Amino acid sequence: MADALLEMRNISKSFPGVQALKGVSFSVGKGKIVCLLGENGAGKSTLMKILTGVYAADSGEMLLEGAPVRFRNTRDAHERGISIVFQEFNLCPNLSAMENLFLGNEVRGALGLLSYRRMREQALAAFRNLRMDIDPEALVKELGVAQQQMIEVAKALSLHTKILIMDEPTSALAEKEIANLFSIMRELRGRGISIVFISHKLNEVLEISDRVVCLKDGENSGEVATKSTSVDGLVMMMVGRELDHMYTRRKGKPSGEVVLEVRGLSSPPAVKDVSFKVRKGEIVGLAGLIGAGRTEVARLLIGADRKAAGVILLNGREVRIEHPADAVAHRIGYASEDRKQLGLVLPMTVRENTTLAVHRRILNALGLISAPRENAITDDYIEQLRIKVSSREQVTRNLSGGNQQKVVLAKWLAVQPQILILDEPTRGIDVGAKAEVHKIIADLADAGVSIIMISSELPEILNVSDRILVMHEGRLTADLPREEASEERIMKAAVA
Amino acid sequence: MTNDHTPTSSPAAGAGPPEKPSRWAWVLRLLRKKEAGILIALIVLMALISFLKPQFADPDNLSRVCRQVAYTAIVALGVFFVILTGGIDLSVGWTVSLTGVICAWGMGTTAHSYLPLLEWGPLAGVCMGLAAGALVGAFNATVVCYVGVTPFIVTLGSMQMANGLVYVLTRGENILGVPKAFGEVGFGTVVGVPVPVIVLLLLAAAAHVTVTYTAFGRRLYAVGGNEEATRLSGINVRRVKFLAYVLSGLLSAVAGILYVAKFSSGQVDVGKGMELDAIAAAVIGGTSLMGGEGSVLGVLIGAMIMGVIRNGLVVMSVTPYWQQFIIGAIIVLAAVLDYLKSRRR
Repeated sequence: MADALLEMRNISKSFPGVQALKGVSFSVGKGKIVCLLGENGAGKSTLMKILTGVYAADSGEMLLEGAPVRFRNTRDAHERGISIVFQEFNLCPNLSAMENLFLGNEVRGALGLLSYRRMREQALAAFRNLRMDIDPEALVKELGVAQQQMIEVAKALSLHTKILIMDEPTSALAEKEIANLFSIMRELRGRGISIVFISHKLNEVLEISDRVVCLKDGENSGEVATKSTSVDGLVMMMVGRELDHMYTRRKGKPSGEVVLEVRGLSSPPAVKDVSFKVRKGEIVGLAGLIGAGRTEVARLLIGADRKAAGVILLNGREVRIEHPADAVAHRIGYASEDRKQLGLVLPMTVRENTTLAVHRRILNALGLISAPRENAITDDYIEQLRIKVSSREQVTRNLSGGNQQKVVLAKWLAVQPQILILDEPTRGIDVGAKAEVHKIIADLADAGVSIIMISSELPEILNVSDRILVMHEGRLTADLPREEASEERIMKAAVA
Repeated sequence: MTNDHTPTSSPAAGAGPPEKPSRWAWVLRLLRKKEAGILIALIVLMALISFLKPQFADPDNLSRVCRQVAYTAIVALGVFFVILTGGIDLSVGWTVSLTGVICAWGMGTTAHSYLPLLEWGPLAGVCMGLAAGALVGAFNATVVCYVGVTPFIVTLGSMQMANGLVYVLTRGENILGVPKAFGEVGFGTVVGVPVPVIVLLLLAAAAHVTVTYTAFGRRLYAVGGNEEATRLSGINVRRVKFLAYVLSGLLSAVAGILYVAKFSSGQVDVGKGMELDAIAAAVIGGTSLMGGEGSVLGVLIGAMIMGVIRNGLVVMSVTPYWQQFIIGAIIVLAAVLDYLKSRRR
């Protein structure tokens, strides 16, 4: 491309033991939305970190508007018009929206002191620019995810921004918020700003991007104009083979026997009077917008938070669950949406994480941890779940998102659960691993485990679940068998 | 220290490809362990000081170093449990004094006139000392785990409380009247090895087994690594932390009691400032102040490094003011290395 705004040629980068990028080329035209696609570990993040000056490339060159450039750090890149919004937000929750917006770039008045009046004005203008109604003085911790993200976007944008990189910007957003984000992205494009969009959600990629560049194992594996491709085409570029089914339909059927019954579960304002039943071997999808109270229901069920009211019956008998330990004792597992913060002990090994909830099972007669037993359990799940690790002693911090998720699953499978609550089980993991997780879920249900799956991805909810519950503002608003469910019906129940 | 090391290397080294067994394989395995760096530092340090001042290497002097290190190391083991959970215990120093004073009082003639039951010898004093230590730990633990206050400020306060109690109980005067026999046992030697060193090695072995081979030990690391994820895994995090603080208090009491034997009295100021040496020993030994990382062997080596430096500075007749400065600088250095190590990951 001769008229490319930015061109990266033959970029290579290796880390100790890993060749992360092998001669990758990437270019962005002015006022275009380019999607960078690839499985986790394909090298997307590394490439973007080189573009923004976090890493230096081992070899290759970068041209910005035709002139060679080299960035020493992110600030350098930012000054030349390249900004990034990371998937994980970098905001100070204890500061206000405007204080975050101008962090490191404070607006000063007379005497060099901060001028809150001018900061407020400028912040309002910046937010209005993005069509966001955010009170500049609201504390960030009190804002929603979508609003926090807009603060990040506003922070990244400046008068001379040429390229905005967004790393999985939709992963934490609900449908409506995504639509809003996309309209803002289109508007930015209209102003001549180029956007590099990293996402795993292929529908979104098709909807928003002009062109798709795909990486696989640190190499270019395809590039296509979005108009001329489809989901299947994208999948083929990513994995190098066409998956005949993105979703595994389970073979078995739930039995009639009710395992879990919840009556009047409440913890206002997040959860209000929620009642439902789950049958043995049933996959129940829990849908709703972000903030509808789905995660809160899960946390109440396992005793992570205190409930104001409600009764939980297991196999027809009322049980008291006041602490996650009670839930584990009743063989109820909860794999959180937030793997890094709530799922894994990152500095610990795959082995230590796998057995974290079942220490009793690995003790020998003397009450000491038996290495053979522990290793056997770990190896069992590494094999069963096809966790890709160099050894069971690998530290979980260094695993890819998909493999981290599998370790979390292994931990809960070790409990031999009768009920497994999976909160966004495939968020932020690549297509291949996603299909594997769906297969694992189907197999578990076939083996008689009852599953409650919280998901914000409607296709996932529709394809994986036997029955779908929908929440809106803390209440259950629909209970649909799979046959009666459709994206429209779920969305309708989720918004009203 | 070598005693303690043998069990570590063999069963724990399950990772890695099996290498061709050679006569020097154990050296390689040793070098690959996390503690290898500080162990080499310790050896180099000792060699250097012996080179500059040969009297350092005198067996009598080395034995003295070990004896001195034993007290700090025992306290450091206690703090180590707490630091593993991501907490800190500043109260250990004055707990050493407090438990020592109570132990000495329990053994002394004064106590007998109040409580004739205590006639049955030094054991009563020892038990009273241990109980006092456990109580201080339980107090810290209650405020930290069940009220939820930051450990730093809680133990900063309880440190002052213990300090105050020592003076309330003693009015600033050392407690005398400890049976001579107790001093002879507690400050004596068994086959040439000083008793405090033997106590340390036994406790270290027990601590090593605890953190490596028990569920409680595994949970200490898990809590320090990610407290919320551990709680959601069905582990009673409060109980784990509670026990860590109680162990910290108990081990301080052991040091306090051993000091009673050393001085044949309950010394008011004996534990003053010891918390800093103990924490420094743990950190130099590779214990992460963020929690979740560290080993008993590391703590022992860390305490040894502190002891060797202190003794070495005395042997080399460095003025006390500079001694203090140098030790401080080494603590900063250890913290910097710890930070660099964690950043490299």
